[in-house]
Amino acid sequence: MKLEKVIDFLSFILILVALYFAFIYAPVEKVMGPVQKIFYFHVASAWIAFFAFFVTFICSIFLLATNRYIFDDIASSSAGIGIIFCSIVLITGPIWAKSFWGTWWTWDPRLTTTLILWFIYVGYLMLRKFIDEEDKRAKFAAAVGIVGFIDVPIVFLSIRWWRTIHPNVLQKGGGGLHPDMITSLIVSVIAFTFLYLMLMNKNLKIKALERKILTIENE
Amino acid sequence: MKKYFKTIYHIFEKDILLELKSKEVINSMLIFSLLTVIVFSFIFEPGAEYKIDLVGGILWMAIVFAGILGLNKSMMSEINGGNLNALLLAPVDKSAIFFGKVLSNFIFLIFMEIVTIPVFTIFYNVNIFKHTLLSIPVFILGTYGFSVLGTLFSIISVKSRTREVMLPILLLPLMIPIILAAIQSINIFIKGDTISDADRWIRLIAAFDLIFTFVVYAIFDYIVEE
Repeated sequence: MKLEKVIDFLSFILILVALYFAFIYAPVEKVMGPVQKIFYFHVASAWIAFFAFFVTFICSIFLLATNRYIFDDIASSSAGIGIIFCSIVLITGPIWAKSFWGTWWTWDPRLTTTLILWFIYVGYLMLRKFIDEEDKRAKFAAAVGIVGFIDVPIVFLSIRWWRTIHPNVLQKGGGGLHPDMITSLIVSVIAFTFLYLMLMNKNLKIKALERKILTIENE
Repeated sequence: MKKYFKTIYHIFEKDILLELKSKEVINSMLIFSLLTVIVFSFIFEPGAEYKIDLVGGILWMAIVFAGILGLNKSMMSEINGGNLNALLLAPVDKSAIFFGKVLSNFIFLIFMEIVTIPVFTIFYNVNIFKHTLLSIPVFILGTYGFSVLGTLFSIISVKSRTREVMLPILLLPLMIPIILAAIQSINIFIKGDTISDADRWIRLIAAFDLIFTFVVYAIFDYIVEE
């Protein structure tokens, strides 16, 4: 109980701090101007999305190995949160791209794999909606969670062979960033991580309550 | 090990016998793939130059769509009357049953391709074997990968409430590396570009096949245990 309150409070404060760092502390980029500010939330969301899907992957393996539903709860909550942040990535990306690349979308490896990732986990969540038996739902979803996550590096490699990677994307994370920008990025990544933990916590609580209601109804 | 392959063979034999009687799966796949090939031909103006860049993709789309149809059909016949549950109760390796289904689906798809490809060659006036016979391994490897993932997801999707819809939603995003690699290599063969460029695509399909065969083998017993 106590820890949950601490995480809630911390994520609230940290998001405010991240906003301060992104909009006030970090310098305005010379070429791109204020639109570059989207970068801090875009990268942080991308990190959370990939992390969330990784958690789904690991918990799916644990579910199959141990058969304990807590892992199914974590895996499905994580996939749901991952979809939200993946959507944020796919929305903020084009907004930035339009003003910098001059186009909303290009079939660059990183963009393409992110989109495919999004589709895989939308399929995962849809499958969960359409299977009624709890046992089957957990196991089948775990299969999709495992195979889906393994597919992503393969897609990334294959598309990389197809067209050379866009130079802008490669440089974006690395060199040329002002130290203050890097600090702001780190702050926003930490803030988003706490946001993830908070959402995960709430989700798990809801799932536990749902289970309770189900058992009461069945009695 | 011998028993394992025997199980695979028996499942395969059962499916083939069933199919020889009803011919449901093959016929529906064939008609569908031929129709796809014909309908897609309306994309082109007669004698269009750019046709050669696109035909490989059209052929594979026909195979993929017809394949999804066939997978749904073949898995539905297992569900009717509780066949699948009965099979899974049998005292044999569950993954052997799975790979038996993969093998029969693979053979149905290959048969469909053997008929579709010549028709395709006539209608589009491109010969995918003109420059090299390497197209054959591409079709075999690609079809195998499709069967492995397709059979897994058809078992999963028939248990859901929206049977026919779920299979393409799960399968298509995961099939992207295979579809992409197959289309790219077939395009190289059709255009007669440097054949060795297709090497890495074929290797990619092979790697994909290996990885997924292994992963499905590792997790299948856990997924279906009751």
